[in-house]
Amino acid sequence: MIVSFSLILLCQLIGEVFVRGLRLPIPGPVIGLMLLLVLLFARDHFSLLARGPLGDGGVENASRGLLANLSLLFIPAGVGVVQKLDLLAERGIAIVVILAISVVLTLLATVATFLVVSRLMARASEKP
Amino acid sequence: MSENPFSLWVYLSQSPLLWLTMTLVVYAGADAVSLATERHPLANPVLHSIWIVGLFLMLTGTSYPTYFAGAQFVHFLLGPATVALAVPLYENRKVVLAAILPMLVALVVGSIVAIVSVVVLAEAAGLPRTVVLSLAPKSVTAGVAMGIAESLGADPSLTAVSVILTGIMGAIIVTPLMNRAGITDFRARGFAAGLAAHGIGTARAFQVDAVAGVFSGIAMSLNALVTSLLVPLAITLLLR
Repeated sequence: MIVSFSLILLCQLIGEVFVRGLRLPIPGPVIGLMLLLVLLFARDHFSLLARGPLGDGGVENASRGLLANLSLLFIPAGVGVVQKLDLLAERGIAIVVILAISVVLTLLATVATFLVVSRLMARASEKP
Repeated sequence: MSENPFSLWVYLSQSPLLWLTMTLVVYAGADAVSLATERHPLANPVLHSIWIVGLFLMLTGTSYPTYFAGAQFVHFLLGPATVALAVPLYENRKVVLAAILPMLVALVVGSIVAIVSVVVLAEAAGLPRTVVLSLAPKSVTAGVAMGIAESLGADPSLTAVSVILTGIMGAIIVTPLMNRAGITDFRARGFAAGLAAHGIGTARAFQVDAVAGVFSGIAMSLNALVTSLLVPLAITLLLR
């Protein structure tokens, strides 16, 4: 458990160092994600890697534990709303309505694009 | 106990222990209610935990920085949780690789719609410029969005609030919206949830369907990348 969690933190740490060192506009944890993904794929090819956190489902279980409670992690930032009550009293309705319209538009545009492209692909692969 | 109960409160309210415990207990309660209602969208555990904790802070006159000193230990885990998304991604690699093209096109279209719609609407509503800038990155996960807001000279704490509001609304709307639209492809549904409503949408997607959760997680991490590149560009094009 500790070793698996250390591996996750280490990936994030390397990601942060990489991003800050090269001044990239990418979040460090996203690089950490890619790094862990590369490690998992490398394990399939080199059995030497399948030990410690990468053996016996260690890092898999630690990750599942973290992701099972993903909602919890947003509460501290969300409670920050108490600092913005004066702005929300003044502009709250406009802001909430704008965000609601935008989120519906985004959901529909994304899902429609995904479905159209995957149908086009399916049609293209049916034709020889 | 000869000690004045007020001095105990003074001690506890300044220590991280109380606020960390409260965050976990309130969430455990909200999550139990959500489970009892078979994950009804309106029983969203993030939404209910936030207003309960917020109300308690206001009633006790506790400042947000005091609360955050305890809750930061939970907040910190957002980074490791992003890294952990590599695992479901790896485990579902075949499904993911088969859908790589639809994902990339939907990523670009969705990301542009997310940014442009909010900037255009906020401008039309006559909101102050700093508010418009703070709302622009609202569809990406809190840490990244706050970084974008900072580089634009906007208000990162307002950005955090709009990110959470967007996430909660997206998580509540997505299931009824997709059901009504008759969309049964859980890859597409999950991808849209993660793109529009980042981690809160992803948490919701994992509740509904495992494949939806994986696609939502991918959308969330890819959108963090694309949005940090697109927001500065969109701002220069739309607000000049």
